[in-house]
Amino acid sequence: MAPDATLHTLACTDLACRRGNRLLFTGVNLEVRSGRAVWLRGRNGRGKTSLLRLAAGLAVPESGRVSWGGVDVRRASVYAAVRVYIGHANALKEDLTVLESLQFLARLHGRAHDRASLRAALERVGMESRRDAPVRTLSQGQRRRATLARLALERQPALWILDEPYDALDVDGIDVVNRLLHEHLARGGSVLLTSHLPPGAGAPDMAEFDLDRFAP
Amino acid sequence: MSAAFTAVYTRDLRLALRRRVEALLPVVFFIVAVSLFPVGVGPEPQTLRVIASGVVWVCALLASMLSVANLYAVDLLDGSLEQMLLSGHPPTLIASAKAAAHWTITGAPLVLAAPLIGLLLDMSPAALATLVAALLLGTPILSLLGGVGAALTLGLRSAGVLLILLILPLTIPALIFGSGAVGAVDSGISASGHFSLLGALLIFTALIAPLSTAMALRIALE
Repeated sequence: MAPDATLHTLACTDLACRRGNRLLFTGVNLEVRSGRAVWLRGRNGRGKTSLLRLAAGLAVPESGRVSWGGVDVRRASVYAAVRVYIGHANALKEDLTVLESLQFLARLHGRAHDRASLRAALERVGMESRRDAPVRTLSQGQRRRATLARLALERQPALWILDEPYDALDVDGIDVVNRLLHEHLARGGSVLLTSHLPPGAGAPDMAEFDLDRFAP
Repeated sequence: MSAAFTAVYTRDLRLALRRRVEALLPVVFFIVAVSLFPVGVGPEPQTLRVIASGVVWVCALLASMLSVANLYAVDLLDGSLEQMLLSGHPPTLIASAKAAAHWTITGAPLVLAAPLIGLLLDMSPAALATLVAALLLGTPILSLLGGVGAALTLGLRSAGVLLILLILPLTIPALIFGSGAVGAVDSGISASGHFSLLGALLIFTALIAPLSTAMALRIALE
């Protein structure tokens, strides 16, 4: 991975999103700058996940534009290298071990995937002792930790797009995520995340973006 | 780029090894289905020799379709597909790796089982060799086309039925030239024409199918 020294800004301009026949939101203008975190909030079904998918470049907006450094995210070639998207689904395979699952994702995204790096990442999220356990034997919280171990592999400033990163985590797990977020922002990374509950006391400063204000 | 291909390919093989019973289902179906024909049609060697190549090809086609419905469905459900498409690697590369893994898990065992099945149907050594060569060229076509069908029906209800309706007609040329090659050898003429056409079909499918699969996957995720 070789991202720019200064991370570009993710910009959503006059964004609208439709799901089926229903317009979820319109007129969304949002910027996520280097070193900043944005907490996306809103009622269930308002379109938080849809907005994250638009930001990741997985979906096409009904109208408006999502850009990275001024270029549409679906056309910005460098975007894939600096974007880390962790969705609601954990992207772990039931029949693989924790280490194998993490290794696959790290290889796929061009991150360090040697055994030492992977074990260090799992250590950060408290999953090192479960590295050889099949994913199907893990609890929901452990699965979330294993998924979030990807964040501990990051070394460069990047844009993290996280869908409910605190979901299913215990107090210790939330603390681990907050520490990873602090380190990430300190090295110039940016974060766009959703959470049903307000980020707790240990979370970094986050700009609040209420999606309910953009309901049609 | 090749690292992503290898990552997806080896992961799918590893997953198949962890679920051996599921992975072996197509080849078991193939063997059982072909074995039923001598019982149903009758054990006369002359009759079996005439229908052998067609029976083997139809059963190979159906066995291949058995496992293709889940090619992308599980990856979609667990979020792996999103990650693969966001990796920055061309989606055609991902589609190629998935099709290659499907052929290794499903197509290659069918090719390996074919000589045994051929003996059961009293095929001559020359016809057996032709059958294996034709399957070697034809089964990758089935995996590639299956990938297109699996991607087009991703997330739909009754995806399995739709997939068969969409893909089976497209496999007919492979079926015709594949079984025709064995028929030609049995008639004492060269099968090189059939092989050339099967080869051309394979090249054409290898060029078009990953592209179509990639586009269908993009649409399915949007």
